[in-house]
Amino acid sequence: MSNRMKNIVVPLVAVLLGVLVGTIIMIATGYNAGSAFIALWNGAFGEIYYTGEVVRQVTPYILAGLAVAFAFRTGLFNIGVEGQLIVGWLAAVWVGVAFELPKFIHLPLAVLAAAAAGALWAFIPGLLKAKFKVHEVIVTIMMNYVALHVTNYIIRTVLSEKSDRTEMIADSASLRSPFLEGLTDYSRLHWGILIALACVFLMWFLLEKTSKGYELRSVGFNQHASEYAGMSVSRNIILSMVISGAFAGLAGAMEALGTFGYAAIKGGFTGVGFDGIAVALLGGNGPIGIIFAALLFGSLKVGALNMPLEAGVPNELVDIIIALIVFFVAASYMIRIFIDRISKKGVK
Amino acid sequence: MGLMEILLIIIPSTLLWAAPLIFTGLGGNFSESSGVVNIGLEGLMVIGAFTAIVFNLTFVDVFGSMTPWVALLAAMVVGALLSILHAVASITFRADQVVSGVAINLLAIGAALFLVKFIYGKGQTDIIQKGFSKVDIPFLSDIPVLGKLFFSNTYYTSFVAIAVAFLAWFVMFKTPFGLRLRAVGEHPMAADTMGINVTRMRYIGVLISGALAGIGGGVYAQSISSDFGHATISGQGFMALAALIFGKWHPLGVMGAALFFGFAQSLSIIGSSLPFLENIPNVYLLIAPYVLTILALTGFIGRADAPKASGTPYVKGKR
Repeated sequence: MSNRMKNIVVPLVAVLLGVLVGTIIMIATGYNAGSAFIALWNGAFGEIYYTGEVVRQVTPYILAGLAVAFAFRTGLFNIGVEGQLIVGWLAAVWVGVAFELPKFIHLPLAVLAAAAAGALWAFIPGLLKAKFKVHEVIVTIMMNYVALHVTNYIIRTVLSEKSDRTEMIADSASLRSPFLEGLTDYSRLHWGILIALACVFLMWFLLEKTSKGYELRSVGFNQHASEYAGMSVSRNIILSMVISGAFAGLAGAMEALGTFGYAAIKGGFTGVGFDGIAVALLGGNGPIGIIFAALLFGSLKVGALNMPLEAGVPNELVDIIIALIVFFVAASYMIRIFIDRISKKGVK
Repeated sequence: MGLMEILLIIIPSTLLWAAPLIFTGLGGNFSESSGVVNIGLEGLMVIGAFTAIVFNLTFVDVFGSMTPWVALLAAMVVGALLSILHAVASITFRADQVVSGVAINLLAIGAALFLVKFIYGKGQTDIIQKGFSKVDIPFLSDIPVLGKLFFSNTYYTSFVAIAVAFLAWFVMFKTPFGLRLRAVGEHPMAADTMGINVTRMRYIGVLISGALAGIGGGVYAQSISSDFGHATISGQGFMALAALIFGKWHPLGVMGAALFFGFAQSLSIIGSSLPFLENIPNVYLLIAPYVLTILALTGFIGRADAPKASGTPYVKGKR
């Protein structure tokens, strides 16, 4: 089997294994697996409203997945997408409530503010990695918690008077669309999906079609060779983190300007950043793969909300399935060996 | 409010918050010293907290006042069982250890909440009747001044945690087992050449980390939260990871860092009732552990270096 085929088959096998184990868990705990999956399907595609919600959920997933994948492709592990998303969210809301501008300036400004905030938040681990050789995984994890507490503090003291949430953003900064809402029976679907898809193209173009992208990938593959070829390793590491953080910040803008329209005090993480790791992994860090993976996880997450209502199965089952899929993709060495054995037998 | 009164509030509270961090941080230490990065500490704590609470609620009539301790044992076993997944993926199947750890975190919270709904039919458990309670430790609390400060109105678990830290230091630095464990984490090929079974040592390291993180979660749930829900463990495991790094991968350092982070956490909660802290926004105390860890890694507070082979799978015969 060719490598290309394997890169498609391995994620599919991982998804199947995840669903299989999820089914076994449901049977073992006495739930009706059949009706659970029907409820899951209906909750995602049964009505046009739900489908709108799926696409709404897919939007930040695509961007979070891009953030993780972009760093991966350049040899870095950005586990801080969650924190960069939160500061992006806050920045977008801040611009949204602080200014009164015409829409064609206000909306782009709010979106760019989110990207800039996320980029800044990722710049720190990038800089520390480049200058002090500090591993980015630990720094980005720590930055997640700093982001959580700092944004909560700003929401409570600067953006509101000791309240739990900010006021709504101005209409001129909103991504909401009465047209899309009307089309999908008043779901929260907004224009952000177009930004997400544009970013998918942007990432592909940047990495595959520009010399800067070649440099970034090259540094990811082999730092020493790249340095020998005259590339600045530290500058490329920082740049890669900044771009990755900008994608994460945009994911925050989707929640800020599209779905919610405000920022609220958070007791814990949104989870979108960590799900972004799952999206990137399953999607093989490629543009098309990320869209499909985001679609899968988005419909699982939204559809799951219907499972307790229609089938009496806790929606956390879907979280288990997602975790298992990540696990099986991570341990794909096992799947690859298995495929190799089978396909060799086929050749003989 | 005099200094003595302030200390009487701060010290017991510091010990209370530090105990789960010490246990979990030490767990991380065993895993990372053997060369396996364990981001899954958070998830292992979640499953430990869940197990301890469910066990406590179910068997409180059987074990009476010993219930929380027996529940800790259960949490330890289940924590170790879950960590097997991480071990299999990252050691045998050479998965990316960070990704496998992330999967453990996602899996633990999903599975725990699923089971809570399955068992109790709601999103949160009841509050346990027999948690760890405040005690005056016999004899020691009678020591003048010190006894009142450190051994009154406190929890046994904190002192067990400190004892385990010293035990861990002894095991890791004074026994052949500890030397082998660290050798495997620093230079697996050299260790392999000397006849040490790298795979086995790493499995043991990860299993110990699961057991200790399970205990850490169990201590947290039974002394601080008293029930289990989606937000019971939110960041404790990552803070333990921070303590591990700030403590420079040394059991006693980890203990010191955990005590310090426990101090910061308790200040952020009780700070508003203390005279000179009421005007300082508690956001500084909340982010202190994380910022300090970043600074420690950067080298501003002494250099912190991870075990050399940490994070890389060992492939026999690969140069």
